[in-house]
Amino acid sequence: MFHYALSRLLWLLPTLLAMALVTFLVMHATPGSPLDPVSEGANPLSPEAQKNLAKYYGLDRPLYEQFAIFVSKAVRGDFGYSFVYKTRTVQEIIAETFPISLLLGSMALVLAIVGGLTLGILAAVYQNRTWDYVSVSLATVGVAVPNFVLAVFLIILFSFVVPLFPTGGWDSPRNWVLPTVALALAPMGIIARFTRASMLEVIRADYTLTARAKGLGEGPVIFKHALKNAFIPVVTLLGPMFAAVGTGSFFVEAIFRVPGMGRFFVLSMTGRDYPMIMAVVLTYGAFLAVMNLVVDLLYGVFDPRIRY
Amino acid sequence: MASSIRASDTSVGRELGPSRLDGLGGPHPRSDAQGVSAARSSSLWRDGVRRLLRNRLAVAGGVVVVLLCLIAIFADFLAPLPYTKTNFSRLNEAPTRAYPLGTDQLGRDLLSRMIYGARVSMLVGLGAQVIVVIIGVPIGALSGYVGGRTDLVLTRFVDVMYAFPRLLFVILVMSMLGAGLTNIFIAIGLTGWVGIARQTRAQVLTIKEKEFVDGARALGAGFGRVLGRHVMPNALTPIIVAVTFGIPEAIFTEAALSFIGVGINPPTPSWGQMVGEGQQYIRSYWHLCVFPSIAIAVTMLSFVFFGDGVRDALDPKLK
Repeated sequence: MFHYALSRLLWLLPTLLAMALVTFLVMHATPGSPLDPVSEGANPLSPEAQKNLAKYYGLDRPLYEQFAIFVSKAVRGDFGYSFVYKTRTVQEIIAETFPISLLLGSMALVLAIVGGLTLGILAAVYQNRTWDYVSVSLATVGVAVPNFVLAVFLIILFSFVVPLFPTGGWDSPRNWVLPTVALALAPMGIIARFTRASMLEVIRADYTLTARAKGLGEGPVIFKHALKNAFIPVVTLLGPMFAAVGTGSFFVEAIFRVPGMGRFFVLSMTGRDYPMIMAVVLTYGAFLAVMNLVVDLLYGVFDPRIRY
Repeated sequence: MASSIRASDTSVGRELGPSRLDGLGGPHPRSDAQGVSAARSSSLWRDGVRRLLRNRLAVAGGVVVVLLCLIAIFADFLAPLPYTKTNFSRLNEAPTRAYPLGTDQLGRDLLSRMIYGARVSMLVGLGAQVIVVIIGVPIGALSGYVGGRTDLVLTRFVDVMYAFPRLLFVILVMSMLGAGLTNIFIAIGLTGWVGIARQTRAQVLTIKEKEFVDGARALGAGFGRVLGRHVMPNALTPIIVAVTFGIPEAIFTEAALSFIGVGINPPTPSWGQMVGEGQQYIRSYWHLCVFPSIAIAVTMLSFVFFGDGVRDALDPKLK
């Protein structure tokens, strides 16, 4: 298992390098340049000024050189100054905003896992009864409806109709509730659906019958025998779940005015803020890759039949 | 596992019917199905349609989908006003008799804009799937059938693409290419084929080992004929299921892109863009984002119900 984890960690480097390369190529292969005026219809910079700026940011060098410089600096954690926020380095911006996104994402994930498991178990235990229908409909809505649409409904319901929570901001825990729920509903729906399906399978298995036959109560049967086995396929979902929460945060953060990293993702791209784009893509990429590794290792913990 | 069982169950019957490799886009499998059912009393397709019609939720979803397509096609006749018609004396008005869903920040009729918005959603949903299938299915089929080095190279490439968070890549490509319908097709096409290629490859891998494929080869059928007439028709079911779920995903992608402002170019109305613009004024003018939100939610749910129905109908063994 140690060897497996180590080799996976080593694989992380080429993966991130490939990701950086793809992003770099997409950035430079498409028309437009960071030297173009930011607002539409504005006068372009004079050729001399453009030349000076290009030289200052190293944009006049050949592409392979630019990429090599980027990699050698990025390895040391230096992503340079943002093109848009000219006085701030990219590291500063990320260090300030990433923890907020991380907090929001973690809360959403915890809610999704706890809520999804609960709904899935309820649906399986009370198959074809009210609880089943309630949780299946909730799961379907969560899976099908985009989170920014859910966010709008949540604001209408819980800020206007029943004024429980504020419509946005990030100052107090009361502000955290609606964004977390909006972000959690989609992964929660997926987990609930999978838990229900695998619980239904496990409940009909012979060992569950045996557990009942030896006189165990419903509680121990469900939680000790069934859930442990039903949980295994659910663990595989956690990888894509992180991705869903990560990318979902762009939209949720925008609607609820959360000062996280998601906002910079879109802003940096439309503003052609090259250093910022690279940093944001790589931060997400590295985060997701590490989480996928953790999930794969967890899989071995939950299912002892798997050996690495 | 389930797929291998099913493939052998249906393979004999399917061999009799006419089938085409290029018939993956949508209506073709149906028309093939009629050919099959004429030859045999009970076929996979006829059973599938019967099972689908018994599923009330799927039928309801299908009806809404058809309605949305009709609205998209006949938007010019249905919309009370052109979607660009502004009325600066009636800005941000709540629903009234003259404007059933109110007006937006430029005094444009919200109902008309929503009707035209259906056009963008349906076009992206269906059009993107055509591109995805055209790219993904041949790559997957080739990779699975030829195997060896080709397979290795293609799977590696697919794996790298798969590792990239999908929406992240789409946003990157869109913000670089600029907003616009054509670019949305390019962005979704570039990223969406990966899943379907994987699916097709897995199918082809199991089916090419079957006896009837050996039989066809023994009878002297060439590469194209074996792949096109014997392997692919049996790999169709999961591809169709993937396409039915790909449609709402593409619609979601367009809505999400337009929401953050890198999707459809204004003034062309898109539901996602209307939600994105409207949510900024949600305190004062709730109607601006609520109606398009409802439209997106209803569309997505209908497609998902319909897709669930199609999956259950074509393959009761899949979950």
